[in-house]
Amino acid sequence: MVKECRLPELGENIEKGTVTKVLIREGDVIAADQPILELETDKAILEVPAPAGGKVISIHVQEGQKVAVGELVAVVSDETKVEPSAAATPQKPIEETRPTSLIEEKTPRIQEQPSEKEAAPQPLRPAASAPTPAPPVIPPKVSRKGTGPVPAAPSVRRLAREIGVDINEVPGTGPGGRITEEDVKSYARQLNVDAAPIVAVSAAPSTKPVTVALPDFARWGEIEQVEMSGVRKRTAEAMSYAWTNVPHVTQFDKADITEIEKLRKSYGKQVEQAGGKLTLTAVLIKLLPAALKKFPRFNSSVDMANETLILKKYYHIGVAVDTDRGLLVPVIRDCDKKSLMQISVELSQVAERARSRKTTLEEMQGGTFTVTNLGGIGGSAFTPIVRFPEVAILGVSRASMEMVYRDGEFVPRLMVPLSLSYDHRVIDGADGARFLRWICEALEQPFLALLEN
Amino acid sequence: MSEPKKTQLAVIGAGPGGYAAAFHAADLGLKVTLIDLDANPGGVCLYRGCIPSKALLHCAKVLTDAREAKHWGIYFNEPTIDLFKMRASKDEVVAHMTGGLGQLVRARKIDFIRGRASFEESNTLRITKEEGGEEYLTCEHAILAAGSRPATLPQVLTESPRIMNSTAALQIESIPKTLLVVGGGYIGLELGSVYAALGSKVTVVELAPQLLPGADADLVEVLAKRMQSIFHEILLQTRMTTLEDDGEGVKVVLESTDGSKRIERFDKVLVSIGRKPNSSGLNLHATKVQVDEKGFVKVDEQRRTDDSFIFAIGDIVGEPMLAHKASHEGRVAAEVIAGGKAVFDPQAIPAVVFTDPELAWTGLTENQARKSGIPVEVAKFPWTASGRASTLHRTDGLTKILSEPGTGRILGVGIVGAGAGELIAQGTLAIEMGATAEDVQLTIHPHPTLSETVMETAELIFGHGTHVFKPTKK
Repeated sequence: MVKECRLPELGENIEKGTVTKVLIREGDVIAADQPILELETDKAILEVPAPAGGKVISIHVQEGQKVAVGELVAVVSDETKVEPSAAATPQKPIEETRPTSLIEEKTPRIQEQPSEKEAAPQPLRPAASAPTPAPPVIPPKVSRKGTGPVPAAPSVRRLAREIGVDINEVPGTGPGGRITEEDVKSYARQLNVDAAPIVAVSAAPSTKPVTVALPDFARWGEIEQVEMSGVRKRTAEAMSYAWTNVPHVTQFDKADITEIEKLRKSYGKQVEQAGGKLTLTAVLIKLLPAALKKFPRFNSSVDMANETLILKKYYHIGVAVDTDRGLLVPVIRDCDKKSLMQISVELSQVAERARSRKTTLEEMQGGTFTVTNLGGIGGSAFTPIVRFPEVAILGVSRASMEMVYRDGEFVPRLMVPLSLSYDHRVIDGADGARFLRWICEALEQPFLALLEN
Repeated sequence: MSEPKKTQLAVIGAGPGGYAAAFHAADLGLKVTLIDLDANPGGVCLYRGCIPSKALLHCAKVLTDAREAKHWGIYFNEPTIDLFKMRASKDEVVAHMTGGLGQLVRARKIDFIRGRASFEESNTLRITKEEGGEEYLTCEHAILAAGSRPATLPQVLTESPRIMNSTAALQIESIPKTLLVVGGGYIGLELGSVYAALGSKVTVVELAPQLLPGADADLVEVLAKRMQSIFHEILLQTRMTTLEDDGEGVKVVLESTDGSKRIERFDKVLVSIGRKPNSSGLNLHATKVQVDEKGFVKVDEQRRTDDSFIFAIGDIVGEPMLAHKASHEGRVAAEVIAGGKAVFDPQAIPAVVFTDPELAWTGLTENQARKSGIPVEVAKFPWTASGRASTLHRTDGLTKILSEPGTGRILGVGIVGAGAGELIAQGTLAIEMGATAEDVQLTIHPHPTLSETVMETAELIFGHGTHVFKPTKK
């Protein structure tokens, strides 16, 4: 079957680019996601991955040429022998409706009856129109014929061994399925992506991150081996995944909480009587839904497989709780519908439940945004890791009295440092700054936030 | 018991496996002790195997070439053979090579102990020294590289100078008028060739239906033709049932599988029926090392035994019992012990029979492919079409390539002919690199050489060799 590779969406606001290098040649056998072009855009030089694998029949761009998203780049075939003429289809004008799938399948239009979609073998990547949770992209499994030894040079086999890759699993792109050094490296990169949890499941990603063998530390001194707890393992997996796959940006700002601190103290007793504790975290949780409504992308998830953003219309805020088992993040639901009093009480309850190991898995799922407050311990700033599939997290450090220059003089104010990390695929820097500033101003003038809501 | 000496790595046996392991480990910074019975490293390969036999085979080749020179109109008188000088020259080669290794041991500051080692426990060795006395050695790791010895026949009850194993045969004490070689494997054929060239009437008995059991029949066929002309007789599917030194010679009973019997007397008999691993003298019971029913030490792909401190390499871990396999394993084990991630994962181990013509193969053989049901495409190039073979008056050769159908990937190479042992190297490289027949076909080979036959065989896979015409099937 012949497939057209068109220039895929490469990022927001990237409509076209100039080809700086063509990385494939006609006749090459390429794997899906293998880089095929180097493209210079307004933002950067990008490697363009192949939307589908197969034998390259024809290439329709050349170096120096401008190419727009959706334009034909190359034609590949997953069959061994294809008449060259079959592939030489005239280039379609870009104005034509952009293909929903990046892979357009050319099947002979002889039989109309059995639906073409069913008759055609599945493309290597799921079509973009697929509904509901898209499966993660799986690297093509090796389809080597025969059961003989692996077609890889000794140096390549050694490389695989040293970086912890099973050479038998690496798809070879060379003649006769030979595995090159680059094949091993790109497979290793793919393994990281492959370790992704399915988008729809929020709590614990199930797949393990790539592990690398460690030296024998006992050679240099005494050691003790402690088994990782379940919480630790899940945290390690989730954090590795997020750190590897979410392009993080962290921004810092400071909020003047002198006034809110006075209010907090004067109403603290009342909340305490209700069984809660009026903390800065509670105040933030109360304010956050307003911020998330104003900046809806901060309350979203990104579905790269289907190239869509999922904007959530509910505001469930996760709160990082330090327990003796490790970090737990119970979720307070529908914070936009709860009073500060309710939130304060609930926050005390979930924290207590987490510390006494009563939190259920369900109570930790479904969060849309997370707050992590290390202020009780100290520190002036930190870079929290986004809890995938959420796209942003707000870190709070210890508040302190600072001399602030205001109305022509230095005045002592209680300032709290805030650190906002977010997924740069979804949120741009300016929006990050605006969001964080909004939070700061809301803390400084809570009444404004109420006005806007 | 004196205070034991301490070392990081003890290597038991200094053959090509043991010394390669010791040298590599020392180069990687380990403190190494190497233990062997001989004065210098070298083992069977240098002292009693590969090297001395090749020196004698060289003598045989000179004799054969001189005799065959008449084809070109060159006539020599019958040669005079000075066995004493021949032995001395051969021993000089051995002394030179082993002495060189001894220097390398000292240069690397390896502690070389001449003696026999056995285990007291996993980390402690008792060494019975050649010079007398005992010493104890504790080691963090050990590598078993004790090698193998010639297998013996149960029929051989008494020691007789007329009944030789390969070690004795290499001493060429005399040139017997008649020699019986029991076993048509590579040792029997190589040493039989030497004695035949020196003038012995050689008879070979082999139980299997072909010489070199296991090797591909088409390759063996080319060799057998030549062997028939240099040997007095080759008796296949024949068993030697009894042998007895009756004072005048060795009386043997040869029994064919069809039931016929004959009794003959030979001046000497060479028993070359294979080799056995030297695993029994090491007191491995004191360790967790496991040994299979044939006496081979069980190892994983890193050559680690069931006792995680102890590794084993070479003949003692199993077939193929070849020096180059042992050396490679030795380096793997040394690297693993030094903290590396090496594994023994060759795609091809070349095997060479140094007869005339030589016979060599690497990777998959046709026999193995058939047995394992691996589909292969086979291309063969007969040396009658090779210019270089013709100039040597040695067109008795065949090069063949086994490739994977569809991809053309080279899975095995077999060569019989003059210099096949040198030619096989490119086959092994091709297999290790995952080369396809197309790669070999498109690689320019020098003309006129025998190496061209490999390129021409690859061309044949595509149906159009330059020097072989194959009408296209259709």
